Amino acid sequence: MSAPTQKNSPAFFAVIVLLVIMSVGPVILMFVNSFKLDVDIISGTSGLIFMPTIQNYETALCDVLWYEPEPLDFCALKFGGAFKNSLIIALISTALTLVIGSMAAYALVRFRFMGRDTVSATTLMVRMVPPAVLLVPVFGLWNNEFCLDRDGLIGGAIRDMFGGRGDVCLAGTHTGIIVIYVAMNLPFVIWILQSFIVQVPRSLEEAARVDGAGPFQVFFKVVLPLIKPGLAAAAIFTFRIAWNEYLLASALSDRNTKTVPILIVNNMSEFNVEWGVIMATGMLLAIPPIIFTLFASRQIITGMTAGAVKG
Amino acid sequence: MLTSRLNRLSPYMFMAPAAVIMAIALIYPLGYMIWGSFRDWDPSQTIGEAEFVGLKNYITLWGDPNFHESLGVTLRFAFICVIVEMIIGVGLALLLDRDIRGMSLLRTMFILPMMIAPVVVGLMWRYMYHPTVGTFNRTLEWLGLPDVDWLGQHALMSVIIADIWQWTPFIFILSLAALQSLPRSALEAARIDGATAWQQILYIKLPLMMPVLIVTALLRLIDAFKVLEVILVLTEGGPGLSTEILALRISRTATEFRELGVAAAMSNYLLILLMLLTVAMIGFTKWQEARAAKLRMANEEDS
Repeated sequence: MSAPTQKNSPAFFAVIVLLVIMSVGPVILMFVNSFKLDVDIISGTSGLIFMPTIQNYETALCDVLWYEPEPLDFCALKFGGAFKNSLIIALISTALTLVIGSMAAYALVRFRFMGRDTVSATTLMVRMVPPAVLLVPVFGLWNNEFCLDRDGLIGGAIRDMFGGRGDVCLAGTHTGIIVIYVAMNLPFVIWILQSFIVQVPRSLEEAARVDGAGPFQVFFKVVLPLIKPGLAAAAIFTFRIAWNEYLLASALSDRNTKTVPILIVNNMSEFNVEWGVIMATGMLLAIPPIIFTLFASRQIITGMTAGAVKG
Repeated sequence: MLTSRLNRLSPYMFMAPAAVIMAIALIYPLGYMIWGSFRDWDPSQTIGEAEFVGLKNYITLWGDPNFHESLGVTLRFAFICVIVEMIIGVGLALLLDRDIRGMSLLRTMFILPMMIAPVVVGLMWRYMYHPTVGTFNRTLEWLGLPDVDWLGQHALMSVIIADIWQWTPFIFILSLAALQSLPRSALEAARIDGATAWQQILYIKLPLMMPVLIVTALLRLIDAFKVLEVILVLTEGGPGLSTEILALRISRTATEFRELGVAAAMSNYLLILLMLLTVAMIGFTKWQEARAAKLRMANEEDS
């Protein structure tokens, strides 16, 4: 900026304060409301004077609480189970995506091989495929084609163990959702990690190879530790998508594998919205991403700029 | 001997898991969808049982006024969002590109909206837009102004505002990064020549940032076509079809109307649209790189 505007005027600070209020305000509003009773939210005489209560959280988490919440006669919201599903799916798919994606990125950066250009172009193109486009085929495939025959050896064994009728399909299992999340996130992870792997000095890898390390040892012991910042950024973005995704999970999950976003949307569309409880569930869903943002904003920004500017 | 063969195979071994997963869960489903879009396909049938109807699904959609409406809403939503976000985001980056204490804290707060689940964003805004208990109408009442029917009459605008809230920071962060990597010498020279702040922005900063800005806008545009959850939670596509973007219509056609073939054909239309945008983006970066290389060559010849 030029010299005259360098001194920061009060108006400038006012703009900044306004911006901060605008970006964080809605989140704080939700946080505050999640501690209010519905009566307080609806009457809403004033925003700040109310009796804080954890009743909304008790209602939401009633299936995992060790005690019986007072005013609740029936535990309708199975939020705890959904939270567990979300965690399992997001963590496993993030870990898998990172391992598989970093290996592929390494191959694309460091080796010349047949089909390399095709792979790299395909990766770039499938990056833009929206989840909504995958909805129809994935629903069809996961329910009808990716199945094990119930009379077959493995399928029969699974049926005997878990019960149920019909063939054993990917739909309705954690694995089914994890597979599609890994596939969906791979192009992005490969893309982002390429720009980090390029920066690893070749001499290090060659030194390790001279010392007798095989290609996999070189990769896991030399390259991976050097691209930790890139891995962190990629992990956050992958986790965020897997944790927040609604559409595909809602098509693929059954009663026992519902994730948190599905639960929230289902409760939202009911006629009488219980704002307090909904806000509490929303808050619980938002907490992991908020924690990431607070502690790893530098990695997030690095990842964002690496992913886009290289675009 | 064995090691050399192992070395020749190693790229494929590194590539194999990713290739297998993407082939099974991305490429094959896409092909399956294209195959299914030529069929009269009901969710209870397998694809083999469905009747082959040729291009019927595509032609039906082409003449379907609801599909046109939905396509129009999608395009309007995407373009208005991106244009407004670009203006605000770049403007803020130009305004805040200076040494401020606590800038990193500021940036952390700005990226918060992007990280939160779209479902939760929809939830927060649905509360704030609520006709009687919502924050906006309460504030309006308190100011003595008439209520606004946010999610009724002005549904599309309200949805766009929510998206702007969530995604402007993305453009802000990227343009700030671009701004801070500009060559200092050009700015220095302009300042010495006595260029005003406005002239610096118009003639030096914006032109130099242009490549990054165009890529950012295209990336954001592609993402804007993917938005679904926020709108689903806020309006469920209503009232009428006023906010029913294509992604939402696809999911409704598949689950409510149970016409998988039509939904697949619609997905293909959306895919073609996005493909064009992606090709434009890749083409632009390639052209940009070629031009930069040519400039560098010219410079080397001069010196």
